[in-house]
Amino acid sequence: MSTNQTSRRDFLKTTTLATGGLLMGFALPGAKIEAQAAGTVYTPNAWVHIADDNTITLISARSEMGQGVYTSMPMLIAEELNVDIKQIKVDIAPPAAVYVNALLGAQITGGSTSVRDGWEKLRVGGAQVREMLITAAANQWAVDRDLLKAENGMVLGPKGRKATYGELAAAAATLPVPEKVALKDPKDFKIVGKRVKRLDTPAKVNGTAEFGIDVKLPGMVYASLEQCPVIGGTVKSFDAAKAKGMPGVIDVVQISDGVAVVADSYWHAVKARQALSVVWDEGAGAALDHNKVLASTRAAADSGKVLPIVKPTGNVADAMKGAAKVIKAEYITPMQAHAPLEPMNFTASFENGKILLIGPTQFQQGAHGAVAGALGLKPEDVTLKTTFLGGGFGRRLELDFVIQAAQISKAVGKPVKLLWTREDDMTHDYYRPLGLNQLQAGLDAKGMPVALSHKVTSQSITQRAFGLPKETLDPFMAEAAVGPYAIANTQHDLVIHDSGMRVGYWRAVSHNMNAFANESFMDELAASAGKDPYQYRMALLKDKPRFARVLKLAADKAGWGKPLPKGRALGIALMEGYDTYMAQVAEVSVKDGVVKVHRVTVAADLGRMVNPDTVEAQIQSSIVFGMSAGLMQEITLDKGRVQQTNYNNYPVVRMHESPKIDIVLVPSKEKPGGIGEPATALVVPAIANAVAAATGKRVRKLPLTPEAIRAA
Amino acid sequence: MSTTMNVNGKAVTARSEPDTPLLWVIRDELGLSGTKFGCGAALCGACTVHVNGQPVRSCQTPVASVAGKKVATVESLSKNNSHPLQKAWIKHDVPQCGYCQSGQLMSAAALLTKNKNPSDADIDAAMSGNICRCGTYPRIKAAIKDAAATMRKTV
Repeated sequence: MSTNQTSRRDFLKTTTLATGGLLMGFALPGAKIEAQAAGTVYTPNAWVHIADDNTITLISARSEMGQGVYTSMPMLIAEELNVDIKQIKVDIAPPAAVYVNALLGAQITGGSTSVRDGWEKLRVGGAQVREMLITAAANQWAVDRDLLKAENGMVLGPKGRKATYGELAAAAATLPVPEKVALKDPKDFKIVGKRVKRLDTPAKVNGTAEFGIDVKLPGMVYASLEQCPVIGGTVKSFDAAKAKGMPGVIDVVQISDGVAVVADSYWHAVKARQALSVVWDEGAGAALDHNKVLASTRAAADSGKVLPIVKPTGNVADAMKGAAKVIKAEYITPMQAHAPLEPMNFTASFENGKILLIGPTQFQQGAHGAVAGALGLKPEDVTLKTTFLGGGFGRRLELDFVIQAAQISKAVGKPVKLLWTREDDMTHDYYRPLGLNQLQAGLDAKGMPVALSHKVTSQSITQRAFGLPKETLDPFMAEAAVGPYAIANTQHDLVIHDSGMRVGYWRAVSHNMNAFANESFMDELAASAGKDPYQYRMALLKDKPRFARVLKLAADKAGWGKPLPKGRALGIALMEGYDTYMAQVAEVSVKDGVVKVHRVTVAADLGRMVNPDTVEAQIQSSIVFGMSAGLMQEITLDKGRVQQTNYNNYPVVRMHESPKIDIVLVPSKEKPGGIGEPATALVVPAIANAVAAATGKRVRKLPLTPEAIRAA
Repeated sequence: MSTTMNVNGKAVTARSEPDTPLLWVIRDELGLSGTKFGCGAALCGACTVHVNGQPVRSCQTPVASVAGKKVATVESLSKNNSHPLQKAWIKHDVPQCGYCQSGQLMSAAALLTKNKNPSDADIDAAMSGNICRCGTYPRIKAAIKDAAATMRKTV
């Protein structure tokens, strides 16, 4: 499509697909992180920086976009380093191989992977430095290192000898990093698993937290970029005469994605942009609309290449023939925008063949590599710093706005802050693809399922973003497609269809389509059998204790089966995602088609937790995010133009619409699961099932608007 | 072409053209970056500041319209997080990404100035103009009640 597509593929080549994650090889440009002294700051390894004034900085290799890694990543390091979490500072890592997310194969924040990837690695990182500090003290004091221990930022020795980590840092940084270190038994954890206050909160309540929009460089100018109203369109010609005469305008430059007005203030740039006249070649995208996206997806479901998601079990065709009853349903989840509250932006400063990039990104390595590629720079001439992110949700995995800022800075030869308008953001997203899920079940005489087929048809983001070969199973389309229920004959298939939309990873990715379809369908089967949807599910979970446990916990906590206030109804849903087992019960009422969600009850088993308070915050967040999509939001197009432009026609849940949320967390010694996303996907079928219980109307095409409920 | 006003207790003269939104004067000319830009259309509340004590969306407020008036931004609450709302926000660990929170705090501060004992409905009414895409609403509500209780005790 544009330059970033090819540049990105140059740096990220798909080599292997593994269950639950994409492994990519890449040529990593940039810094080597090793034991080295920079001024008076010592870096025994990549995770711990100690200054000789005893300032200890722990490195988060993940971007802070609200999910709490600015606290949870240091907690894991501090647990083994034996320092007070309140006494440390935090830095976000630069691009470097050591900071790659092993679950995703790149330096990416996403996929609810931060804790799962960091759980062991960061504790090892902390323990290594602890051991190096102890060795340094043993050498200095000429005592056996077994007589020493590290506690609360000090190494303690016999006869009351002690030294701060700062005093030992210079010596420790010259030592080899120990390969094998002992880690604490989890029962001895002092930090991990405790409710620790977020380290970023103080700066976020007095206006001092630095987001991308707040970056300032000496001599910086401001840019606003006019892009083709049809994504993928290119500039044919433009007339900048009028814009150039407007107050404060410094230059008007063409870059790959459009025409940028550069001015001495953002407001001057935006105003002058309105005076631009651009003739576009709109390209093939101009023929696209949402009805065509749905029609072509449905056609692909009938005729496209079928990729098995998992090996079929039994014989579905025979079992359907022998079934007492066959039920079919088709579910549609619409396209969505990410709409994080901080509009896309980045600051770039190109000077003497080198570039400095500062801003909000979920993908340090991609941003670094793509800018080097787009500007023809050597990797070592690109420096990237990450600010706080004003929301991510997958949008800041993309690199378009980073490359644009870099190109504009190079064109004008000045430090530039590029800032999109909300309208730019809404109409030039990488949208969540449309999902079409077709299910069929054969029921026995008692109404229990003996056969199930599920065909998922949607668009592959991984093909676009990471060059996944065509006709290869995209694991990010098949998440939660296979439910937990004991059914003898099953078949789960995927059809990948390129609808022409520019698609991107959106919080919970394909869990959104697949959980909505699976869990709506389970309720439809239970209704057909005349059974209670909770009991119906439970009967199919005899060998699935983690699923059965969260289902029961959520149902009990929500008061399933007990009398409800008049007009209220409950809906239940169950899913595993990101190694987290979760059940939700939504309590709703429906008046004139308007759904009011009164309460959502969540039971989650995510294995070991780093910060239970953050876990609860992420569940609360995910529910509100999922509710916005499930009840209100849909991206539509006319002649290739996205019709939603701001929060009036792409509404989000507001405080008065936000439900009471009750959360039950299961104490668990299992490996950690991810919690940034699963509740987003699962709240939607819970609500849809509650709406069906309240109204008798089954909505199979989201969102659950009054119109959709009336039409059902 | 200049506008004189009082910002966070100090008299300032802004050089920006009179139709420039107050938001950009505050951020880019006066260098107070706590106030955020989210929508540019008074739909999200991220840019909420007080003008003569009333909460306004600074992205839709021409700077000329605040000539001679008192403007207060999030920076006016306190630098050291000593304001009851800031303390309550910290106690409840309200922020996630944090981008909307300056606006949330200023809407909450305006509410508590006139109502020290707000009901759920009062809070909903005062806060429904402020979007939080991270969905921190349950904690915002709890923190407002907490701060209100503190302010009732200290009055």
